[in-house]
Amino acid sequence: MFTVDIRIQQPYAASTTFDLQASFALAPGQCLGIMGASGSGKTTLLHSIAGLLMPSSGVIRSGDHVWFDHKQAIQLPPWQRRVGLVFQDGRLFPHMSVEQNLRYGMPTGMARIVLPEVVDVLAIQSLLKRKPSQLSGGEKQRVAIGRALLRQPSVLLMDEPLSGLDDRLKQQVLPYIKQVIATFGLPTLYVSHVGDEVAEVADEVLTLAQGVLRQAK
Amino acid sequence: MWSLSPAEIDIVLLSLKVAACCVLVLLLPAIGMAWLLARKHFWGHALLDALVHLPMVLPPVVLGYMLLVLLGRRGWIGSWLYEQFHIQLTFHWWGAVIASAVMAFPLMVRAIRQALMQVNPLLEQAAQTLGATPIKTFFSITLPLSYHGVLTGGILAFSRSLGEFGATITFAGNLEGETRTLPLAIYSLTQSPEGDAAALRLVMLSVLVSVFALLASQWLEHRLLRSQR
Repeated sequence: MFTVDIRIQQPYAASTTFDLQASFALAPGQCLGIMGASGSGKTTLLHSIAGLLMPSSGVIRSGDHVWFDHKQAIQLPPWQRRVGLVFQDGRLFPHMSVEQNLRYGMPTGMARIVLPEVVDVLAIQSLLKRKPSQLSGGEKQRVAIGRALLRQPSVLLMDEPLSGLDDRLKQQVLPYIKQVIATFGLPTLYVSHVGDEVAEVADEVLTLAQGVLRQAK
Repeated sequence: MWSLSPAEIDIVLLSLKVAACCVLVLLLPAIGMAWLLARKHFWGHALLDALVHLPMVLPPVVLGYMLLVLLGRRGWIGSWLYEQFHIQLTFHWWGAVIASAVMAFPLMVRAIRQALMQVNPLLEQAAQTLGATPIKTFFSITLPLSYHGVLTGGILAFSRSLGEFGATITFAGNLEGETRTLPLAIYSLTQSPEGDAAALRLVMLSVLVSVFALLASQWLEHRLLRSQR
């Protein structure tokens, strides 16, 4: 079980404070969707889970492993958290081939999620030797998802993975995302500002507004 | 007129050796300093930045003199080096390397810093979420993406070292076969009534070596950028 119970407070604009509270648990294979407008704190939440930002208080736990505990002063750096974060813009490394990108985060030793399976599920076999600059937007996002999976994550975080794509490409990539969630059985957090997209991918949808997560109607 | 004497060939080889060593000596400190100035914000940043760039605005002779005070045989550090390890930098080709390295340092730092600033920090963030420690991130993402800056900095430092005169003659001296690099040799020849033809030959050679170095850098940079695309 992957559990998050955190509060993030950050100075925002002149004299206001951004305040976000999030509390949820994710079972293996469960996909929780979070929908919210731009600036509602979706990315901040994901970055806090990934260790790129430090929450003000609370606990983040992956099974028995504590990633963050404010009271016990535990704050694992991002590279020690088994997290698969798919960014809005893919963020593929431009100087590496697709295969090198995919292998970048792979731990040494036994792996549950292996390269041939990921390549197969995401249908990126023909792209392996290419550079990111030679890929379309949809292909880039599929590679980014594959790269995050091969990190062998305890949780998969998807930060608006379709936001940079046009409708045609979105419809192409969406089935791959659903396939990934179904195949690899990872607890997944999928955030987007597009309600339909979240509803199509997630088992349960929460909305993020005014710093609070609520059950979507 | 155009054939080189063995002594002149030695001068060219010495100059190339000094310039190559200058680049090698500078590589790590320049990358470190460029990273510090490009990525870290700390108290005294502006002062450090100014100090790094000082050799670009100070007369080279002043720097040569400062090196003499610091690293000369009776200098603060130089006397200790001599007493402990019998290392004497003045009148030694390593002295010429150090003099040109000090002069070339800001050029190399500037080129690498510019390149580092162009690397998208979000890529480094992505690498860290993929399990890369900051050191692995630096060597696998940051540095490869700023190779062109390292290359440009290296060529600039090499060229600066080939042309270095004031600090070298003040600190390392003008010792034939040891510290008399191309510019010092040209200077010495212009002081001799018989030296015009030889000076001209060395001047032409200097121009040739510098143009070759610049063309080589452009070719390498082009190849590197093409391989990264």
